[in-house]
Formats: sequence, structure tokens, C-alpha cells
Amino acid sequence: MTNGWTDVANADVVLVMGGNPAENHPVGFRFVMEAKRLRKAKIVCVDPRFTRTAAVSDCYVPIRSGTDIAFLGGVIHYALETGKYQRKYVEQHTNASFLIAEGFGFTDGHFSGWEGKKYDKATWQYELDGNGHAKTDPKLEHPRSVFQLMKKHYSRYTPEMVAEICGCTKEEFVRAAEMITVAAAENKSGTVLYALGWTHHSFAVQLIHAAAMVQLLMGNIGMPGGGVNAQRGHANIQGSTDMGAWNMLPGYLKIPRANLKTLDEYLKANTPKALAAKSLNYWGNTPKFMKSLLKAYYGKNATAANGFGYDWLPKIEETGDHSWGAFFDDMFHGKVEGLISFGMNPVANGPNTKKMLTALSKLKWLIVAENFETETAAFWQAKKLAGKDYPKALDAASIQTEVFLLPAANFAEKDGAFVNSSRWLQWKEAATDPPGEAWRDQEIISRLFLELRRLYQKDGGANPAPLLNMSWDYALPHKPLLSEVAREVNGVDLGTGKQLNGFGELKDDGSTACGNWVYSGCWTEAGNQMSRRGQVDPTGLGLYPQWAWSWPSNRRILYNRASTDESGKPWDATRAPLKWDGDRWKGDVPDYKGDAPPETLPAFIMLPEGVARLFAPDLVEGPFPEHYEPAESPVLNSLHKNASANPMLKTYSTEPEAFGTAKDFPFVAITYRLTEHFHYWTKHTSSSSQLQSNFFVEVPAELAAAKGISNGDMVRVSSARGSLDGPALVTKRLRTLLVQGQKTYHVGLPIHWGFVGKVTGPLINNLTPSAYDPNSSTPEYKGFLVNLEKI
Amino acid sequence: MLVAKLIDTTLCIGCKACEVACQEWNDQEYTLGTFNGSYQTMPDLAPNFWNLIKFNEVQRNGAEAWLMSKYQCMHCADAGCLAACPAPGAITQLANGTVDFVHENCIGCGYCITGCPFDVPKLSPASKKVYKCSLCSDRTAVGLEPACIKTCPTNCLTFGERDEMIRVAEIRTRELKADGFKDAGIYNPAGVGGTNVIYVLNDAKQPEQYGLPKDPIIPWTVQLWKGPLKALGAMVFMGSILGAFFHYVVFGPQQEEAADEVE
Repeated sequence: MTNGWTDVANADVVLVMGGNPAENHPVGFRFVMEAKRLRKAKIVCVDPRFTRTAAVSDCYVPIRSGTDIAFLGGVIHYALETGKYQRKYVEQHTNASFLIAEGFGFTDGHFSGWEGKKYDKATWQYELDGNGHAKTDPKLEHPRSVFQLMKKHYSRYTPEMVAEICGCTKEEFVRAAEMITVAAAENKSGTVLYALGWTHHSFAVQLIHAAAMVQLLMGNIGMPGGGVNAQRGHANIQGSTDMGAWNMLPGYLKIPRANLKTLDEYLKANTPKALAAKSLNYWGNTPKFMKSLLKAYYGKNATAANGFGYDWLPKIEETGDHSWGAFFDDMFHGKVEGLISFGMNPVANGPNTKKMLTALSKLKWLIVAENFETETAAFWQAKKLAGKDYPKALDAASIQTEVFLLPAANFAEKDGAFVNSSRWLQWKEAATDPPGEAWRDQEIISRLFLELRRLYQKDGGANPAPLLNMSWDYALPHKPLLSEVAREVNGVDLGTGKQLNGFGELKDDGSTACGNWVYSGCWTEAGNQMSRRGQVDPTGLGLYPQWAWSWPSNRRILYNRASTDESGKPWDATRAPLKWDGDRWKGDVPDYKGDAPPETLPAFIMLPEGVARLFAPDLVEGPFPEHYEPAESPVLNSLHKNASANPMLKTYSTEPEAFGTAKDFPFVAITYRLTEHFHYWTKHTSSSSQLQSNFFVEVPAELAAAKGISNGDMVRVSSARGSLDGPALVTKRLRTLLVQGQKTYHVGLPIHWGFVGKVTGPLINNLTPSAYDPNSSTPEYKGFLVNLEKI
Repeated sequence: MLVAKLIDTTLCIGCKACEVACQEWNDQEYTLGTFNGSYQTMPDLAPNFWNLIKFNEVQRNGAEAWLMSKYQCMHCADAGCLAACPAPGAITQLANGTVDFVHENCIGCGYCITGCPFDVPKLSPASKKVYKCSLCSDRTAVGLEPACIKTCPTNCLTFGERDEMIRVAEIRTRELKADGFKDAGIYNPAGVGGTNVIYVLNDAKQPEQYGLPKDPIIPWTVQLWKGPLKALGAMVFMGSILGAFFHYVVFGPQQEEAADEVE
């Protein structure tokens, strides 16, 4: 979240789209209800299903799954046509005035530079002056200004076109657009709440970009009650993201590629240069972050002479891809020997279950550390327990993989910090010790590390340096305390031995160590900031600066400098998180230099251009979001039939059978969670299992009537990947949509079941395709095609 | 001082946290159900399940509406269960208005079930006693709010002095009317003398849409029984129990099939 849960109560408009917080974030939803009750905020809910969130909304618009960019593009068009956008904000705080290179354009579904399989992005760049700074037209009139290009791009997204693509009526769309654009007024704020209903598409990142554009046009970024707010789906998934992924080191530092052979080359390639005269360009400090991270990893072994141990970091091939889809594809092809799975259940949550199972069956060994026997730990029994139609190769007798199930502590048996959607690091104590032989994760990892290092020391082996040089400076090396790890993550001045107060103190000479720069400040000399529970609220805006600790720097609203105009005057005096008092910014921790007077720097200090991007050249399929159809769609794209799906869609060629067409699979399937369960986990607990014991298939009443399906009848849902059976829940809450004039139906599939647990049911990923977003590599779990029959 | 639970259905999101809190606090066993064609946990309340969110899909002005409302004992001022109960001390009404079942005194006759116009009390086939929400009398006795109130994330549920709850409900009703719900109102049915569980509905003219009876009254049979017949009835009833007792003393226990015992 750019803002945070408590801040949602400051909103005048709440757009809930691609998420269902009443069901999946009921505790956070209290702040939505507070906004509704106390501020008279309007809730606009846009969703293929009439959900529990829709039930309490003021305006519900049903749209076809996967048409959100068309809807938001329509909102952009509506705002620009009617003038309902915050002009001054757009002029001052976005790149609307920036000029784009000659030759940029969009024809027939492709941006300029399309080479048949990929883009040459040469024309997607700013036009630069002699100093390497972008040229601008402050009046926004130049035909190559971002503003004019944006206006032209979205001129096609008329209310009629939105209705044709999304399947809602034109009137429903316009009513929603009117409500959303109320926030264009300087004294109104609107928030956007989204979750996996947006990220589970093959154009997910562009979708969120579209939402950011709407919010920038409304002047809502940096404002209390504004922002683009991702509701995270696990207690600590925000922390997991912050601490790195296959392509990210902690703190969103890029993981080294093999072509960047030295630290200097890496830093040169990954440290951006300012694109505007006054831009602070905070990522210019990348060398400080990176060197401090290497010092945290390798301690005394990291020196200036050896590039702080850069050689020892694992490198990815220059164009290598080890995202979920890629590494399971490698595994499927027998290129992976073993897998360690912590807190992850790929058999249940990966797309195309048959492929997941087959891939695991090619492993030599599989280690699962869990507090229950999951579908992944029991994958070798899948055919026996669940899959009549799984291939013969998945007979238990044919599987040679050796599986180790390590009993691991669960969340309540561990201390440490949860990082919630609001970016708050909230420290918790362990409620109890793990039972029996279960260990905490850090003990499992440490013992594995220490034993591997011992074996390398004793027997040698290929490339031992990364293990031998690793710093492992804990009181009990086999059992580090999470408080020790947290202090290391915060960072330390290696000269004085003192904890750092924040990333502003990081150095690029090896004199500081820091495990994650964005978390620096969480455990200072004053102690553990994450365990604070102070409830004071000096701004009256629900920022609660002494409750836990929020990254970065305990800032509660990101980009808060944009809550004022260039001169430092708040857009809305009643809702000002920051005030310039002549010497310093007061209020929230400023997203700005704390003592820099208003007009010295532009507001978006993390971006090299210093302003927010309406035009974002770094995404792979275009600088403006464009509506593309899902990988499987009932229709061809209304805007450009010859470029129907995302031109940069990521798929794997191993499954030629894996995509179907509307001829065989005429219905649009959506997958989702229910409030009653948490992922594939609570089917192991009695309370949640009671609340919803059974898998079911939600079927629109009109479709059910046509197929003679009554509530409770058994139905079979099938896709090009597989099929599953379940009882039908017939409902009018799934409306018939008119897409390109044709009746279109959704089939709803809640996800929570599997073949182990107190309650069992089919794995819905038997049906889902291996189609991925090209920017984030997230699978398209929503908006794929199925057939439905009564059995 | 009377207390009341206020359920503002316009703020309910059907999260069912109150269902779990109720079972946790009251040490109820969880049961796995069969699919009932709805999001609702089970079709009705049960001896081990005293708090049910009803999910009602209705059409209003041609649009979908999905009304969620918490269902439990209403703690009526004029309690039909209490009127119907023949067993001394099995049902009591506390000074704060709570209608509480005292299970050691319950004889499992089920008359309270007949007496309840809301169809709330449920007879346990296992213990042969009747169960329902106690308004967490063990919590309220020490100044805590009921477990369901404590857990509600959206402030749909509040608990306090009854007059204050009525006042809050009236304010809320005015707000809803101002928001365009012209039939918004309070559900506090007079037929049972008012209840200590009161609802705010955004359409109080159609309480059935929320799964609430429109004009609940104590059945006439119970009203009659409550009057002169009750004393007589109690005598007859106790007489039959005494009869059964002597029958047992004279003839011994009835022999049951072993298989029944297992089940």
C-alpha cells in the first residue's frame, strides 16, 4: 500500500476493484466502513461477482474478468473529456509535460518498435536536452507531450467501448466514473483497493499502472485517503517481497546478472541518473545500499579490494528467467535436481496442477518444511487420492523422488515481525514453543547451512567460496534469534558498533552493514521500534507514528510531498500530512529532504525524473496500459482483433494442448478465496472447515436454467488442462453480461480445497493455464475458459 | 439496568468472525457440514451453534442485494421460552434482561422451542437438553461484552445499556434515511415486549428479507399455558415424570439394542 489500512478512513471515494476486502481483509475493511459511516464515503465495487464487498457498496458494476484496463482506460478518457481531473497536480507532480521521442505511436494493437516478438523501446524514451534532462512543455500542449499522447491513446476508450468490452451497461460505467472522479477536486480524496483480482492477469502490472494513472489524474497519490493500495494476501507477504525474490535482493536491489562481472559494472548498470535538473534521484544512493548489504552478508571477508564479495553472490544469466513458471518448466524438463519448499504449496497453488505434479516427480529429492502434510509433501499420492485423470507416470510406484517432510513451527510458535499491507513491521512474541520435533524455520535453515559448510570445508567441492565466506555471527549459530537477525537487517555502523538510525547513515565505503536498506531504522540504539504500540495520533489523520514501525523511515504515506502543491501549500488544509514550517517539514515523515524548502526539489524523490509516471517506459509491453484479452478469451479484442492478447504474453511451449478456445470452452472462469478460509491451510483446522466445509461451483442463475442445473446439483467444470466435479451454487449474483452483444457467463471457483486436510475437495488449479504476466511472471488465474456440464 | 446487543446489518460483511468467537468462548465442538447450496455455515442454529449469519439473496428495485444478518437468541422482554418452560429454574431472566438457560435444571421437554417465536432454542439429542445464546452471561457478569461483539471487525455489533443502544440505532436510522434508505428502521418487535437484541435494517418494512419474522408473537397455546393452565400443567407434567420414575423403580430400565448405543 502507498498509504495504509488506517488511512482508508480518510477517503471520500473507495474504488474496490480486483479485490474483495470485505471477504479477504475483513479486519482492514473496518476502515472502509468507517469512511462510509463517518465521512459518507462512496464505495464503488467493480467485480465480475456480486461479492460481500459489493453487498455493502454504493455502486456495483459487473465486468467481465480481465477487462479492467478497458474500464480504467474508460475512466481516464472520461476524466480527460469532462475535465474532471486535478489539473495543477498533473502539471506539477506528473510527467504529463515531458516530451517523448519522435516516432512514438500506437497502431493496430502495437506500440512503435514492435519487431514481431519483442519491442525495440527506442521511441518510448523522453526527448533529452544537452544535459541529459527531459524536455518539457509546462502547458501540456505539445503533440509529443505525455499529456497529449495519453489523451490520444485513451480517446478510443469511450463509454460505449467500455460497455462492449466489459459487458456492463454504458450507464453503469458512467455512474461509476462520475463517483470516482469526484476525487478530482483538490479537497477530495479517493483510494483504490486491489488485490489478486488484478495481479492474476497476463497484463497485471499494466493494470496497476492504469490505476496509478487514474490516481495521479485525480491528484490522489500522496494524499490521505488516496493512493494505490495493494491488499496483501498473507500476514507477511509484504515482508517476503521486501526481503527479495528470484530477481531481487533485499530492498528491491536488482539481483546481479552474469554479464555484470564486477561490482563496479553492476553499480554502473543499476544506479539511475537524474532525468530532471532538480531531481533528488534517491536511487542514486544504490552503491551505499548494495555495499552495506554485501557487508551484512560477508562481514570482514567483504573488502574494497574484493568488490565486497560481489563475486560470491549468485548471478543469473543475462536474459535468464527463474520465475515460478520458468523454474517449474525447467523442473518439468528434468533440469532441476532438488527443491526446498518452505511455507509454500506448489501442487495446490501453481497453475496447471498436472504440470506441477509431473515436474515434482522428476526431482531427485524434495524437502518440505511445514506444520501440516500438504499436497506438495503428499504429491506422490495425488493420483491415488485425487486424480483419476492424472497420467500413469504419476502412479506412486513410478515416482522416484525422495520426499522429506520436516515438521516446522507455525506462525504462532515464532517471534519476529509481520509486515502487513500498510508496510508496518509489527513485532510479535511466540505464543508457545513448537510441538514435538518441530523446529523454527531459522533453525532448519541454519543447521542446513552449517552442515553444508562443514561438508565443503571437509571435502571441498565446486564453488565453495559463497558458503565459506558467509558471515554467520550469532550467539548460537544453529539457532539464531530473530532479534539478532532483525538487528542485522536494520544495519550497524561497523566503526562504532552502534545500530543505525536509518538508511540516511549508510556509507559506500564498507563502514556500514545493512541487511535491507528499506528496513533501516526498525531496530535502532533506542531498541526494537517494531514492538512499539503507542496510540498517539498528532496529525489526527490516523497515521499513528508510534505504532510499530513503517518502512521506509517510519513514513506512513508514501509520496506525501505530493499532498501539497509545488509551493508547499496543502491541496486540502483539513487533510495535510505534511506542513512546511519555514525550517522543516512537520507531520508524517516527509518523502522529501526534511529540511529542503518546498520549491527546491520535485516531489517524487525516488524517480530519476522527480515526478510520477503517467508514461512508464520501463514496462515490457508498452508505456501506456492497453486493453488486451486474457490468454484464453471468449472474444477477439474489440480494439484490435489482430493483436487480441498481450503481445508479450509469457507462456511455455511444453504444453501444446494447454490452451482452449470458446468453441469448446465457452464460459469465463474466475478463481477466488472465501472469507471462511485462508488459502490451502485452514482446511486443516476445524473452525474454518466448519464455516465452509465444501467445495462448490458458483453458476449464474440464467446459465443454470439453460442447462437444467438446480442448486446443489453436481456439475463438471473442464478446461483444456483438466476437469473437476462439485456441487453447483446457483446464484443471481453472477450476472449475465453482454460482451460484443453476446451473452457471456462466468463460472466461479473458490480455491481452498485439496486432497489432504480435515475437509477435502478438488484442486481448482487442475483447470488454470500456464499463462503469465511478462513483467511480474504472475500466472493468469482469472479469466480463463471452461465448459460446464451437469453430471 | 437493561443491556442490549445492537446489530447494524448495514455494516455486516458476513465474515462469520462472530460465529467462531461464539463457539470458541462457549467451548462448542465444531461440526463439518454438507453443502447446503449457500454461503451460510448451516441452514439453522444448532445445539452447539448459537450464532448464525444468515445470507439472504434478494432483489431490490431490480438490483441484486445480499443481506447478511446475525441470528441468535433475541433475549425478548416477554420471553416465550420462559413462559413455556415447566421446569423450575431452567430458564431465568436476569435483571439486565438476559434470558439464560440453566442446564442442570433443564428437563429437555422442548416446550421452550414451541414457545419461541424466533425458532431459536435447539434440543441436543445427545444431552437431551436445550441450548441457545446466553448473551455470554458469564462475560457480562464481569463487565465484558459478549464474545461476538468483541470480535466484530466492522463495528456492526455493539453492546451496552439498552437505552443507549436504542439511541444509537435511532441515529443510525436517521443517517440511513438521509442516504436514501427511506424505509430504514429499527427491529425491536413489540409482540414480544421488545427485545434485548435489536437490529438496524435499511428496509425495516421487510424484515423477512433478513430472515427475521415480521410480527413475532408468543404462540397462543403458550400464552394460554402461561396463565392459569401453567400451574395445572406443571402438576400434570411432574406427575407424569413421577409416574415414569415409579415405573422405573417397579419394572427396571428398558433394554436397548447394543447397536443403538454405539451410534
